Amino acid sequence: MAIEEPIEADEAMLEGAKESTSETKVQESTEKYKVRIEKVNGWYGAKRAIKDVNLNVKDKAVTAFIGPSGCGKTTLLRCLNRMHELTPGAHADGRVVVDGIDIYDKSIDPVVIRRRIGMVFQKPNPFPTMSIFDNVAAGLRLNGMKNKTILREIVEESLKNAALWEEVKNELEKPGMSLSGGQQQRLCIARALAMQPEVLLMDEPTSSLDPIGSSKIEELVRLLKDSVTIIIVTHNMQQAARVSDFTAFMYLGDLIEYGATNQIFMKPEKELTERYISGKFG
Amino acid sequence: MTDDPRSSKKYSKIVHETVNKKYKKRIIVNKLVTIFTIVCVIAAIVPLASILLEVIKNGVSAISFEFLTQPQGSIGSGSGGIAPAIQGTIIVVGLASLIGAPIGVLAGIYLSEFAREGIFPDLVRFFNDVLTGLPSIVIGIVGYVAIVLSIGSFSVIAGAISLSIIMIPIVVRVTEETLKIVPYSFREAGHSLGISKAKITLSIVLPSAKNGILTGIVIAVSRIAGETAPLIMTILGTSLFFTGITGPVDALPLRIWRLASQPYESAHAFGWGSALILILMILALSVGLRFLAQRNTFKVSA
Amino acid sequence: MTSLGSKNSRYISSLFIVRNKGHDKLFSGLVIGAAAYTLLMVGLVAFSVMKGSIDIFSAEGIQFFYQSDWNAVEGRESFGAFPYIIGTLLSSALAMAIGVPISLAIAIFISEIAPPRIGTPLSFVTELLAAVPSIIYGLWALFVFRFWVRDLIEKPLYDAFGSLPFFAKTPFGLDIFTAGIVLAIMIIPIISSICREVMRVVPDSQREAAYSLGATRWETVRVAVFPYVKSGIVGASMLGLGRAVGETILVTMIIGNVIGPSAIPTTLFSQGQTLSSLIANEFNEASSDLHLSALIALGAILLVLTMAINVGARLLVKKKIKPSSGAKSQ
Repeated sequence: MAIEEPIEADEAMLEGAKESTSETKVQESTEKYKVRIEKVNGWYGAKRAIKDVNLNVKDKAVTAFIGPSGCGKTTLLRCLNRMHELTPGAHADGRVVVDGIDIYDKSIDPVVIRRRIGMVFQKPNPFPTMSIFDNVAAGLRLNGMKNKTILREIVEESLKNAALWEEVKNELEKPGMSLSGGQQQRLCIARALAMQPEVLLMDEPTSSLDPIGSSKIEELVRLLKDSVTIIIVTHNMQQAARVSDFTAFMYLGDLIEYGATNQIFMKPEKELTERYISGKFG
Repeated sequence: MTDDPRSSKKYSKIVHETVNKKYKKRIIVNKLVTIFTIVCVIAAIVPLASILLEVIKNGVSAISFEFLTQPQGSIGSGSGGIAPAIQGTIIVVGLASLIGAPIGVLAGIYLSEFAREGIFPDLVRFFNDVLTGLPSIVIGIVGYVAIVLSIGSFSVIAGAISLSIIMIPIVVRVTEETLKIVPYSFREAGHSLGISKAKITLSIVLPSAKNGILTGIVIAVSRIAGETAPLIMTILGTSLFFTGITGPVDALPLRIWRLASQPYESAHAFGWGSALILILMILALSVGLRFLAQRNTFKVSA
Repeated sequence: MTSLGSKNSRYISSLFIVRNKGHDKLFSGLVIGAAAYTLLMVGLVAFSVMKGSIDIFSAEGIQFFYQSDWNAVEGRESFGAFPYIIGTLLSSALAMAIGVPISLAIAIFISEIAPPRIGTPLSFVTELLAAVPSIIYGLWALFVFRFWVRDLIEKPLYDAFGSLPFFAKTPFGLDIFTAGIVLAIMIIPIISSICREVMRVVPDSQREAAYSLGATRWETVRVAVFPYVKSGIVGASMLGLGRAVGETILVTMIIGNVIGPSAIPTTLFSQGQTLSSLIANEFNEASSDLHLSALIALGAILLVLTMAINVGARLLVKKKIKPSSGAKSQ
């Protein structure tokens, strides 16, 4: 299938854009919000999957998107690193401002964005023909990093950050697919972390794992948030309650409510939220 | 876990620097590859367009009533036509199809419906695959040695059997694959009603696969209609009309070949005209049979 | 159906059973016979080729393979297949060198770059290339294309590199080079459609992984798609090779038709002859039984060559269209 290739510009322009936007200069200094989502709509052809979403994601915190199937939480997530538009016929409009730059600006190349906003998918997808080492290093090599020493160091650090190092440190040459499901997912996390992203998007990362694997990932998320802003989509409410600082509840493409996780789960303001939380539907 | 989570910052800088350096080059490479693929696509389309254009352009001027109904006049005179070749193609290809289609379909039915684990079906599939890849000139040799020599003359039957050898493996493969797509539940329903396997296959399974099989047959027939090499040493090619199943006959591909090698402009023109007729016949075959298939489907479901 | 006495119903049931058994037996006999016919045809092919070529092999033995003369004069008969083996190999190698990269590029374009509304008609168009009979390719190549090649490619190459041994011959269009190019055009549909098929099977989750790391489209194809489809591409190419090796009529019309030692091509623009084209050219005018046997022996060599190529190719392709273990598709 053909995935559409987006328009491009260069990295220098990105830096330039950062400096020239004067209005964001003032806000930058007091910026606690890593990602500002402003009036974002996501479309599949003529069908609008998410409508006018406004949301500010706090830096170095875990934000969860929850809601019943089809509410648009995954669509919203994929809009944050411009993966949504890879689906044929899909597009998004609105602004997503990361560190003062609107990633949907016409002059921005999505390839550049996806380096700084990493993603982990629902089903682990390590590259089957590559070893564990090569998998983690894949993003770096693709982007032009060749220095073997630095690659080794970054791979080791990423595997440590993904809580996988101890289990594989002596077997880095083994194929990535030889690991268990939970290990493969941590491998994918390590692969994403190797790119030194500022934001990590996780799309239901534990839904294909067993309970032990899931809890390992949750533990990882708690530890990672000190260095990376994490946004996690989950259909498991308890997981959201356990793991996140902030929660956004979506329903049928609308953002219904967004706030501190404690508040959402203990004292939801909207009735719809309350009904979802107490399990009345979804 | 890491001791100091902020240690990743040290790599952050170096990763970003490397990435920025290589970025421009990667974008250029990406663009070049895209351009290359487009160039290749054009490189494939241009010959096709040219072939069709030339056949139509050069062929149309050669076609006349005389062209279609008369045998060839004296060589180089530009008179007469290619009627024997048209007739011959219809006869030889028709005969080959009468032999090849039933055998191919039946064998395909065997492989899909009747074959059980064992060496026989495996062998049949394997050799069927082998047969599809055989050069048609070799098939011509087989036709010569096995039939022309036995009968003692270049003949329609030799040509037809040779062409059927080319046709059968194609039909077998298409039939087997099409039948495999028919849901098992169809057959189950038949079995549960106590119907014999033969009847299930013929009355239930085959009709629902009819379109796919017919398409496969059309493809195979179009293929053999254009074959030249096997005809060279089986039907010989004459400038006379059909004289009998054991006698030689002409065919369009063969005639085109002979005409192209003659040094006369008029012969070349005839060649283009014949090419146009050949293409039109193949087209008519595909369209005609597809049309029939559509109509029949309507009948059955009504 | 009215209820019947038990004796009657047993009688009627027995009728059914007998009839059904009869039908079944007849029909399964028919289909098994048809399947066996396939094996019969193979046997016929093997037998005919062997019977036809036995004479020359008993007369010349293994010399036939590396001799170059082709003398049909009575009393001094001597035949060697070497120049034509070279001709077949060279023209096919040329066809592969040109055809495989182009086919791959087309497959990448249709599968990874073009949106479906362009990709689908485009793949239909490339299929049309496969439907053109080779006699018509030959006609077009002889009267139209060879002039394009001569004027647009061969002459400039000759002007530029004529001093190099590879190009040291005045080109006039009917040569091994043109044959290679047209053969390439003929095999493009085969190779590219199979490449497309194996690429289609690669799960999108792999492409997404590459994109999410900041890969460009070409890099995604390189990293996420190619490793999956490598053996499929090789298999597809081999199928194309098999077709190029076996092509007869097109080659006779544009390769120049020389025989004997001068048929060994020494430059890119030399005339040549392949196993298949010589058979087609001389079969009907073979002057003696030995001559005929030599021609059939060329066919035997061709047979073995194409069988080996096609069997190898199918093994490679079958492996790839079936999803391999371990790789999960979404």
